[in-house]
Parts: sequence; C-alpha cells; structure tokens
Amino acid sequence: MKIMKKILFIEDESALQKTFRDILEKEGYQMISALDGESGLRLAKSEKPDLILLDLILPRKDGFEVLKELKEDEATKEIPVIVLTNLEDVESIEKAIGLGATTYLVKAQYTLEEVIQKVKKAIK
Amino acid sequence: MRILEQLNIPKQCKKYGLSLWQCPSFLFLIMGMIIALVSVLSYLIGTRYVTEPRIVALVVLIISAILLILATIITNSFERLAEANRMKSEFISIVSHQLRSPLSNLAWAIELLMSGRLGKIEEQQVEYFKILKENSDRMKDLVKDLLIVSRIESARLFLKREEFSLEELTKEIIKEFEPFAKASNCQIEFSFEENLPKIYADRYQIKQVIENLLDNAIRYIKGKGMIKIRIKGEKKFVHFEIEDNGVGIPKEDQKFIFQKFFRASNVLKYKTQGTGLGLYISKAIIERSGGKIGFKSQEGVGTTFWFRLPINE
Repeated sequence: MKIMKKILFIEDESALQKTFRDILEKEGYQMISALDGESGLRLAKSEKPDLILLDLILPRKDGFEVLKELKEDEATKEIPVIVLTNLEDVESIEKAIGLGATTYLVKAQYTLEEVIQKVKKAIK
Repeated sequence: MRILEQLNIPKQCKKYGLSLWQCPSFLFLIMGMIIALVSVLSYLIGTRYVTEPRIVALVVLIISAILLILATIITNSFERLAEANRMKSEFISIVSHQLRSPLSNLAWAIELLMSGRLGKIEEQQVEYFKILKENSDRMKDLVKDLLIVSRIESARLFLKREEFSLEELTKEIIKEFEPFAKASNCQIEFSFEENLPKIYADRYQIKQVIENLLDNAIRYIKGKGMIKIRIKGEKKFVHFEIEDNGVGIPKEDQKFIFQKFFRASNVLKYKTQGTGLGLYISKAIIERSGGKIGFKSQEGVGTTFWFRLPINE
C-alpha cells in the first residue's frame, strides 16, 4: 500500500483550512490542521509531516517563532516549510528565508492552483 | 528627550511624509527667524525715530509677543493637520491589511468551486461564478492600490535601485498583455533605439507603471485600437512613450489626471472599472525614482503618456 504523504497546515483562518483540506485530500495527501502556532509546533513534532504550510500571523506563537523552533529541533529541521502569508514587506520575506523557509508565497499574488503546484513540487 | 527629538527637523518631517516647506517644525524655525529679524528691525527703527528708550523696548517686546503667539497658533494647526493626515494613511493601511485575508479566502474558494474539483457546475452557474471572481479580483486590486497609496503618503514606499534594460522589460510586459490586447481588438507596435543604456530604478515598481499605462491605453480604446510604444535615449535619461488612439482626456480634466481617485468624465460614462489610483501611483513611483512623467491628449483623438528615468552614471 502506498503511504500517504502528510501535510501540516498551520493557519488560523478556518476557511482556508477547509479549502486546502478539500483540495489536497483529493490530490491524495493527508491533511493535519493547526489553528495556532503552539499546537502547530506540537503536531510537527508528534506527526512528522512531509511538508509544513505556515502562516506568519498566528495566535499564541507567531510564524517566525514557529519556523525558528522547527529549524532548531533535530527532529523537525529537515521538513520543508512553505510560508503562506499576506505579509509582503522585504524584512518579513528576508527574515523567513533566513530562518530556513523553503518557499515564501504572498497569498494575494497567487492563485490556488499555483499554490497547489508549489506544494506538490516541494513535497516530492 | 522630547525636545531633542523635536529638534531633529528632517526626521520629524519624514515621519509625516511631508516636504520641508510643508513641515510644521521647519515652518516654526522659519517663523522664529522672522520674529528675531522683526525684533531687531523694530529696535533699529525705534532707536532712530523714537527718543525714549523705554518706549522702544516696550514696542519691540509687544511686537515680538504678538508674532510669537500668531506663530504658535499657526504651527499648532499645521501640526494637527499633519497628524490627521498621517492617521488617515495609517487607517488606510490597517484596513487594507485586514481586508486582504478575507479577500484571499474568498478568491480561493471561488477558484476551487470554478475548477470543478468539487463536482461539475451548471452552465448558468458558471456565469455567476465569473461575476464573483471578477468582483473579488477588483476588490483585490483596489486593496493593493490602497496599500501602495498609504505607503507613498507615509513615506514608506521603498524603492530599490538596480540596473536593468527598459526595452527588455517592456517586451516582457507587451507579451503578457497580448491576449488582452487581442481581445480588445487592439494592436501594439513597439520600437526602440539600438544600444540604449540601462536605467537605474526599481524594476518591479517600473513594471507596475508600464503595466498601468498599457492597461489604460487598451482599456480606453474606441473601435480598432493602435498603440505605439517608443523608447529612446535622452542624455542622462531614457525616454519612454506610449501613444494610443483612444477616447482621449477632456481638456477640463487634464489638470486633475494625476490626482488620487480622479477619473475622467468621458471614461466614467461607459467604464465602471478602475480605481482612479493607477496614475497617482505611477507618478509617485517615477518621481521618487528621479524621473519625470507627463502626457498630452486630445479628446476623441488619443493620448500619449511619457516618462523618463535616469541611467546609472
């Protein structure tokens, strides 16, 4: 049996959680949702996903902090992280890339289809 | 501490995103100088024509006091105006940011529904999904433009400086616009001088300017469109111009064309789209890049927009 690849989506907007769950489950991925930074970090450690989609503005612990802790932990530092956010200032982009994000996507600049393609590419 | 901070006049002016001559702190300094000058003058005149020194001193004192009170009142109201302006820009920025999340949720949900991944949609429904998509795109554009405007007004529009070829960039943009031009029955002609020097500006922002000018040219075409884009060298600048045979800008509207939210009267009649921010943004970008922008237009004949940008010396 083929093992389903796991994607952890850390995003506090439940509308987006549902959209991505619907589309990515149909594509054959297993989706795990976290609505805040802390539970996202916890799930990353316990579930060992193949890819993490991360928003930056999050309750409890913001995305930068989550990213930093993911990359500091031996157990999670190899997991590719796609940042998916509406922050588009240069400082945020440089900070996230500097912390080890694989890709940085500004929500308003991409269609859903483009984001899905990036996800597929990153998980390979 | 506060006093020291207030003495740093250029920094204060930057905070409000104002030029020096509109800046309260700078104006206050100028007023101070005028007061000092007037005091000295009235003293000089006084000593010459009035014999009693006590009266001279009194007159000088009274004149200075009146001037000081006037100056304080005037600069205070300037300060309040500048503060209100800054708060307005901040408000636009916050609202726009807050609008972005729901707007991308909306856009992506519509896209998912239209993709048919969740089941086939009826033909009649497709029309309505298209309306939803178009309108969510319009809101997204408006929010994007508003964010740029708030950055311009609060002096937070940071432009990179890089060398690039304006004609290569233009070629790229024309290619992107070809489907739109074709659908609007419009032909684009492009010519440029050989061996043009590279310009020195923010490529991404200049791309926005050209896209905006080209989009306007195509959008406000009447009948069969003909757009001519020309690039030529001009001493220390590269000159870009785009000529169309569209509806033109009525004479009485021409002086307002770069103003925020302004839309020409003849355009409003039959086109509802457009934010009225494109040219305002374009002007700010070009001028902050050390360039100049302008146009000439005749209603019913067409419009030529031009800009020039500095080369790297």
